[in-house]
Amino acid sequence: MLVVVTLVKLLLLGFGLAVAVAVLWLGWSLLRIVWVSVLQWRDLFSLDRWTEVLVTIGRSKLRTALTMISVSWGIFVLVALLGLGNGLDNGMKQNFAKDATNGVWMSANKTSVPFGGYDVGRRLMFENADYQRAKKVEGIEHISGQHFIRGQRWGSSLVTKRGAKANSFSLDAVHPEAFYLGGQTIVSGRFITAADVQQRRKAAVLGQTAANFLFEGGQPIGEWIEIGSVPFQVVGVFTDPGGAEEERRIYLPISTAQLAFNGGEKVGMLQFTVGEASPSETEAIIEKIRQQLADRYNFDPNDRQAIRVQNNIEQFERFRQLFWMISAFIVVIGLGTLAAGVVGVSNIMMIAVKERTKEIGVRKALGATPNSIVFMIIQEAVFLTGVAGLLGLAAGVGVSELIGRLELTDFIANPSIDIKVGVGATIFLVIAGALAGYFPARAAAKVNPIHALRDQ
Amino acid sequence: MLRLSKVNKYYQVGTHALHVLRDVDFEVADGEFVAIMGASGSGKSTLLNILGILDDYDSGEYWLGDTIIRNLSESKGAAYRNKFIGFVFQSFNLLPFKTALENVALPLYYQGVSRRKRNQIAGQYLERVGLRDWADHLPSEMSGGQKQRVAIARALIGKPRLILADEPTGALDSETSRQIMDLLSEINRSGITVLVVTHDPEVAARTQRTIRLRDGKVVSAEDEAARVSHPNLAVAT
Repeated sequence: MLVVVTLVKLLLLGFGLAVAVAVLWLGWSLLRIVWVSVLQWRDLFSLDRWTEVLVTIGRSKLRTALTMISVSWGIFVLVALLGLGNGLDNGMKQNFAKDATNGVWMSANKTSVPFGGYDVGRRLMFENADYQRAKKVEGIEHISGQHFIRGQRWGSSLVTKRGAKANSFSLDAVHPEAFYLGGQTIVSGRFITAADVQQRRKAAVLGQTAANFLFEGGQPIGEWIEIGSVPFQVVGVFTDPGGAEEERRIYLPISTAQLAFNGGEKVGMLQFTVGEASPSETEAIIEKIRQQLADRYNFDPNDRQAIRVQNNIEQFERFRQLFWMISAFIVVIGLGTLAAGVVGVSNIMMIAVKERTKEIGVRKALGATPNSIVFMIIQEAVFLTGVAGLLGLAAGVGVSELIGRLELTDFIANPSIDIKVGVGATIFLVIAGALAGYFPARAAAKVNPIHALRDQ
Repeated sequence: MLRLSKVNKYYQVGTHALHVLRDVDFEVADGEFVAIMGASGSGKSTLLNILGILDDYDSGEYWLGDTIIRNLSESKGAAYRNKFIGFVFQSFNLLPFKTALENVALPLYYQGVSRRKRNQIAGQYLERVGLRDWADHLPSEMSGGQKQRVAIARALIGKPRLILADEPTGALDSETSRQIMDLLSEINRSGITVLVVTHDPEVAARTQRTIRLRDGKVVSAEDEAARVSHPNLAVAT
């Protein structure tokens, strides 16, 4: 066992060393390339030289095309995958955007453990006082209670009416702070205010779907509707990124609902945001509130059934990790494909240099300096990878855009590549091309004109 | 023009050091037309490579004009080659994918002359070797003699002071050889020093002086004559 562990350790060490050496070696090569580029900078802007490069590349069209395809494919895969990764990321954010990503929802449920002389299966219900107590817990940013009208979570047995139009909508009886949890945007009027709650005003904030149904495009603000035969005045309309279903909700002041629908002091759910708190800090806040409630209602604080908790932070974090891993995986695969393409370019150039030994010998005999030969080969490689890469980049961006347009699934949204990635990829390609060309170029510079010019 | 004193050159062959040039001493004056003769293996190609700054030597001195050529960096060597020396090879060594005009213009490319200018000058040199009409032809479309004339134009375009020709007629028939030697003589008359490496006595006869090499040593004409008159001593070539 020990032997195996030692072996694995040695292997890892060897691998690490190899990577370190490779990185150093590539870095050194890059330095040399930069140095040669500085010496030969004129060649970069020489039309003559580029003509020379184009003619050379054009001499073996099939080989050039095949080489370019491998690089194009590499960058295409990388970019398309990155776009897809971006799309998945955006899709996840959009899915979470319908509610606050740092929100926690704690609702009263049934006990599952006997405690303090009470049997299991006891239905719990909070009160206004619990909301007031929880409000003081450190780390809470915005907190709201929610009253379950007639004990029903969505109050759906109540009919909302305006004249002949009647339907049942979700009724959220809340504090003004619920504004920060729902993810909605007010499009006209206002949200529930502290004064609404204090004075038990009969105010209602309609989701767009509800407003459209009840008012058929008319102006709802200031108009009266009936909810369970109680008149409420519409004070605002909201939209929600969660879509039509989320816009079927109606917000009411919690105090008004408790009074109007015989709810007493009952609060069915506490919901709050935790600002920038980490998942573990959030967990601590939840535990604190759970403990408060357990003390008050005599249930086991370890009873996970007593209070139902939805913790978006944790979910969001979990999703983020998952997507980060997917993205990392994607990048590794893409880079691997690209690296294979670049190594291909290097190999092909190596063969080309071997074939051109005589030509390079002649050039040297006629006065070409080694640096000018090195830079010529590097220019060829950069040109090959650059053009091929940009083609692949364009194709990748195109496919990403296409997937975005098609709107195949909710999980992918706006899978576009931002300009930074494009510019980064281009720079990367030039560097990769230069490295691909450098090793064949060194071989070319070492060509001995005597041997090259000697007759076969 | 150029002077060699006690130049030695070794090649490492396996574990042996092969002594290719032994104390080679000679001088070539400005404007001379000289042949270097010797059997194969006599070291004449090595000598030509050293003279052309394509190869280094191990001891002695090689003066080109008033510059000593020794342990030059590759780029310095390239600069001297470009400026002082024109090469003519047995196998022409034209770039097959370039036209005659582009081939002739190539040394000027490495001097940084603009395309228009160098093509114009290259045209003049093609004219001089009688191939103006062949400017846009690829080497594959030309005869051996024509290719060699293109190569000579290319050697001349850098305005060298020295032309080094390695078996320039080796791949040509006798009539074409004569024409090429005529061209080289004419170039020599214009004041350029010409060195021809050859094993062809007819070619050597066209020059003003012959330097003979045997087993890496310069030998006098009398020694050589004596050697040839005793066939049993001759080395089969």
